[in-house]
Amino acid sequence: MGWHAVADAEALGDDEAVGVKVGEVPIAIVRAGGALYAVNDVCTHQYALLSDGYVEDGCIECPLHQGRFELTTGKAMCAPVSEPIQAYPVKVEGGRILVELAD
Amino acid sequence: MPSPHILIIGAGQAGGRAAEALRGAGYTGPVTMVGDEDEPPYERPALSKGVLLGESGPESTFIHPRDHWRAKDIELVCGVRAEAIAPASRSVLFSDGKRLDYGHLILATGSRVRPLIGVNDTLGGVHYLRTIADCKRLAKDLAPGKRVVVIGGGFIGLEVASTAAKLGLEVTVVERQPALLERALPADIAAQVERLHRRQRVEFRLGAGVSALMGTGGNGGGRVTAVGLADGSELAADVVVIGIGIIPNTELAESAGAESADGVVTDEFGRTSVEGIWAAGDVTSHYNPMLGQRVRLESWQNAQNQAIAVARNVAAATSLPASTPVAYSEVPWFWSDQHGVNIQMAGLARQGAQTVWRGDPASGRAIAFCMIDARIVCATAFNAGGEIRFARKLIESRTPVSAGDLSDSSKKLKDLAARTEPRVSAVGAAAA
Repeated sequence: MGWHAVADAEALGDDEAVGVKVGEVPIAIVRAGGALYAVNDVCTHQYALLSDGYVEDGCIECPLHQGRFELTTGKAMCAPVSEPIQAYPVKVEGGRILVELAD
Repeated sequence: MPSPHILIIGAGQAGGRAAEALRGAGYTGPVTMVGDEDEPPYERPALSKGVLLGESGPESTFIHPRDHWRAKDIELVCGVRAEAIAPASRSVLFSDGKRLDYGHLILATGSRVRPLIGVNDTLGGVHYLRTIADCKRLAKDLAPGKRVVVIGGGFIGLEVASTAAKLGLEVTVVERQPALLERALPADIAAQVERLHRRQRVEFRLGAGVSALMGTGGNGGGRVTAVGLADGSELAADVVVIGIGIIPNTELAESAGAESADGVVTDEFGRTSVEGIWAAGDVTSHYNPMLGQRVRLESWQNAQNQAIAVARNVAAATSLPASTPVAYSEVPWFWSDQHGVNIQMAGLARQGAQTVWRGDPASGRAIAFCMIDARIVCATAFNAGGEIRFARKLIESRTPVSAGDLSDSSKKLKDLAARTEPRVSAVGAAAA
């Protein structure tokens, strides 16, 4: 599927997240510690959008049960989550945030 | 020296999370978990919501699939009750006649529903809701068009009301107190919850005591037909759900001589008054250093995180040399889903607090802060769960804030919370 422009880079403050969709795939775009990340937006525990959650220490925390995922890898960091979320390559070009999804 | 046997009584959320955390902490000795239900450890919140609605199956509540525990070398025994503890010989007697010795004992016996005294609650169509088995029975009775009377305007009752309304039943909630959620929320915030229900045509009888459950037929065989109220009126009912609270299962701890006062008394590390016996979850009345008081909490958070903290302390006590225990000291946090609205609460409501609203509750998205002396003691978020994390921070740090700043939606809570000293949660920070 290649690279997809999903949001304006300027619109996203530090330690903030925004939810976008590429086709049917919900993705959370996150700025944390100045760097950008893209991860699947749906918690692996119960249905909730991580982009509604809380960003701290390189992790995104689900707003429903506070399960935490590492932004670089998508790794589940604490109970109740144990399954990781997918992390996607992300970059900025011409002020736009681009996310790469595999075919 | 061989590792001591760690025995966990109770295989609910607290028991399961404790067992998991023992292994997570590197404990490799023998671990046995015994529960009196047939299912492996599961979470109860969905039993009044998604599972009751039929959106998800009971197995979706399991913390892990049944075979996970064996894979982690945790001996899980289901359908067996612990009857008594002999602390002198460090052993527990079970309902199947077996006796197990322990080096450390973790009591995660949870709680049971509070019965409605003085009425015939054995009639068909009368339900309590605590377990998966309860949920399956109730779900069969919740057919569209039927009339359900929910006795108790607490969280369980209101969630059942919400689910029943969505399933197309006519719903009436009867509450003895003049306001809903009387134990959890100030009346002005609870009124918002009431409004939410009234919009979905749920009816209320507040300040109404229940005097009788009427039924067809004679002794035992009949089905419920009506709920009799103390003022002499009757509410016709095809189904009745009683949700008037829970009682901590302290009897086992008491059999060992452990101190008990509306819950098994523990310190901030999870130790009971008896050497080698620990307690975790609903059943505990545990000291919380952040709150500066003992609390008994009936929550998902407490069942999970306090149990994890206690289990890590048990593992630490078995290491040589024993390492220092870590206190469980989180801001209490709770959530509920009613009529599609996610309600989250942080902190504890206290008498004499002033309510400050952020956002218009009529808009469907708002937070109510309970303030004492310019500090937030409790926050209730309606469809604003992402913000509750900042409220928790403000509660924990006791940062003074002005009502004006809180009610001003142009000022980000994140920025108000950023003025506080960063503090890392003992449980949340480390991988499980």
